[in-house]
Amino acid sequence: MKRLTNTICSIVLYSGLFLNANPQGTNNSKMILISTGFYESLFNKGEEQKVEKFYLDVYPVTNKEFLEFVKANPKWRKTNIKKIFADESYLANWKSDLELGEKANRESPVTYVSWFAAKAFAEWIGKRLPTVAEWEYVASASKDKKYAVNDKEVIKKILDWYSSISAKEIPPVGSTEKNYWGVYDMHGLIWEWTYDFNTSLVTGESRGDGDLERNIFCGSGSASAGNAENYPAFMRYGFRSSLKANYTTRNLGFRCAKNFK
Amino acid sequence: MKRKNQKLAFVFLFLVIISVIFILLYPGCDQSYSSQLKGEERASLTSAPYVPPPILRNHPSRIIVDLETKEVKKRLADGVEYVFWTFGGNVPGKFIRVKEGDIVEFNLHNNPTSKMPHNIDLHAVTGPGGGATSSFTAPGHTSTFSFKALNSGLYVYHCATAPVGMHIANGMYGLILVEPKEGLPPVDREYYVMQSEFYTQGRYGESGLQPFAQQKAEDENPAYVVFNGSVGALTGDNAIQAKTGETIRLYIGNGGPNLVSSFHVIGEIFDKVFTEGGTRSNHNVQTTLIPAGGSAIVEFKVEVPGTFILVDHSIFRAFNKGAIGMLKVSGNEDLAIYSGKQKDQVYFGSDDEDQDLFSGPLNLKSLPEIDNTQHINNEYGLDPIELGKSIYTTTCFACHQLNGEGMPGVFPPLAKSDFLNKNKEVAISAIINGLTGEVTVNGKTYNGIMPPQNLNNKQVAAVLTYVYNQWGNSGKKVSEDEVAEIREKKVISMK
Repeated sequence: MKRLTNTICSIVLYSGLFLNANPQGTNNSKMILISTGFYESLFNKGEEQKVEKFYLDVYPVTNKEFLEFVKANPKWRKTNIKKIFADESYLANWKSDLELGEKANRESPVTYVSWFAAKAFAEWIGKRLPTVAEWEYVASASKDKKYAVNDKEVIKKILDWYSSISAKEIPPVGSTEKNYWGVYDMHGLIWEWTYDFNTSLVTGESRGDGDLERNIFCGSGSASAGNAENYPAFMRYGFRSSLKANYTTRNLGFRCAKNFK
Repeated sequence: MKRKNQKLAFVFLFLVIISVIFILLYPGCDQSYSSQLKGEERASLTSAPYVPPPILRNHPSRIIVDLETKEVKKRLADGVEYVFWTFGGNVPGKFIRVKEGDIVEFNLHNNPTSKMPHNIDLHAVTGPGGGATSSFTAPGHTSTFSFKALNSGLYVYHCATAPVGMHIANGMYGLILVEPKEGLPPVDREYYVMQSEFYTQGRYGESGLQPFAQQKAEDENPAYVVFNGSVGALTGDNAIQAKTGETIRLYIGNGGPNLVSSFHVIGEIFDKVFTEGGTRSNHNVQTTLIPAGGSAIVEFKVEVPGTFILVDHSIFRAFNKGAIGMLKVSGNEDLAIYSGKQKDQVYFGSDDEDQDLFSGPLNLKSLPEIDNTQHINNEYGLDPIELGKSIYTTTCFACHQLNGEGMPGVFPPLAKSDFLNKNKEVAISAIINGLTGEVTVNGKTYNGIMPPQNLNNKQVAAVLTYVYNQWGNSGKKVSEDEVAEIREKKVISMK
């Protein structure tokens, strides 16, 4: 019955893609309703975690959108930001407080933002950051399948991005694939902040993590991993674990989510 | 008499006291080691094949090491590129040299353009993760930790960020030498060589940017096995050098990620091997085993000039996957140690039943096909002379020698070769179809067999054009069309 509801829900959504799915109704932050489902955790031997239906931005937040945010909120400008909220490279590719300059394309995702800044942006426009479970749930889709994490071609495509060197300029949002849910750029454009990015801590010594936190994380191919083949997920967990909430890096941006009710 | 003795004793005592005071006041004259930590210095790091100079101080110091992790796109072989993850911009990572008892302050910087977080596990570290737990670093950040170099030896370091295998497979390893308190005996030259494998989607030589192949890594089936990070990093102009009479010390590491190396230098015997990079030395060793994530220090004196080839003696890795390096030794011949070829004469064999094995004409068609296909895709982005050189130095030089001088009585010379210069068609045919029977080159007769080479038209044209433009030859050019024509004709009569 639930499955049926989900299917109907998806069909309805597909027909209304990009039209009225966004509860905010603004053009630049289209959202899509992601129907309830289960996310197979990378840890706890692949224990399933229920993800309630929620709205997710179709695209990552762009430089242009973030500029509006800092215009309205002076304390988040480059020169005003407090060190505890963002490190020295905050908005490093922007020319100045209110100018993007040549290195930050208006339509490209905003990067060099801290978790604090991303969270503040989301709250400012009445949204929130997606959880790891929500993000990973949506990211497990391929172009036409809801769950494709074991698809060798998909894994290869994602790994190829991880192991290519950083682009000189990050391309505009929407320049990579649209997935099953109608969401763009989950892979191949940037890394993205999640609300609870630091809940699955990798200590930095990945090979020992299995002993330290048996149920959370361990090195590739280890016994407690749900899916040792899911290299892309290992790398995302690894990346998230290297972060602190005030860190900003060149390839790390974010998108927003919103509760269904 | 007694008084005289007393006087002498006093003088002697006086001298002893003076010298003791002298020694105490001038620690520089004292070769003994003081364990007190003194001074601070920045470690000078070097890229392979170079090694930082020996550490001459006789006390431990605080050493500051700055190492940057960086993801770069570079050459893996001619026409082949790979995205390497590196310690310091090159594979292998920078060579670090410290002394036993030193306090090492380690700053790991992760370049802002990195996609990945990285860390470092130094096998020289006593502590959890070998430093990995304290050096996990996001892009655009720096981690600092310190350790005391308790044990001397030659140690591998590598990245240990999940997925560990992939970080190592992409090039994240290097060597750190902890010199013993008393230092290492002086030698004339020291070099840094590190073996490792690369797992690419394409097979050996397939051109273009080659992505990492997870499945091949799991199967331990690399496309490349190389010294110092790429095919040819230690050959030709990049060969390491020495002079006759010198003693060489090689610091050899094996980054793996999977294979164990059978390290060997053709034509040399290691006088001394510190097996596994430890304290014990073995003597008179031909081939030493170097585990993945392990090392060895080998020392040998070079007595005679020539090119000595470094190989992984798991030999297909050397001749088919790239594990070749060169040590070029210049200086005077010592004919008592190595004479060179002294004689060449006809041999009839013994009068037993095996005789008939040698009778009858050798049929070229029955010779096994030699697979040289690894060159086929090498031409990407290369001008013909470069391509020709690259083919010559991998395919032809083993017989015709590096400078086309050949081998008296066995392999005809290609340098200033009258035969070659007047028979272009035969030369093309020799490469495509092989060449057997008597030929006269520069007035000397050769009667050998050259097997056909599995090269495509472009490669044949390139290698011949290269040869024609070297070593006093006629400067002819050979085109692909000419090669194609000969390939059509099949049979070429000799003039």
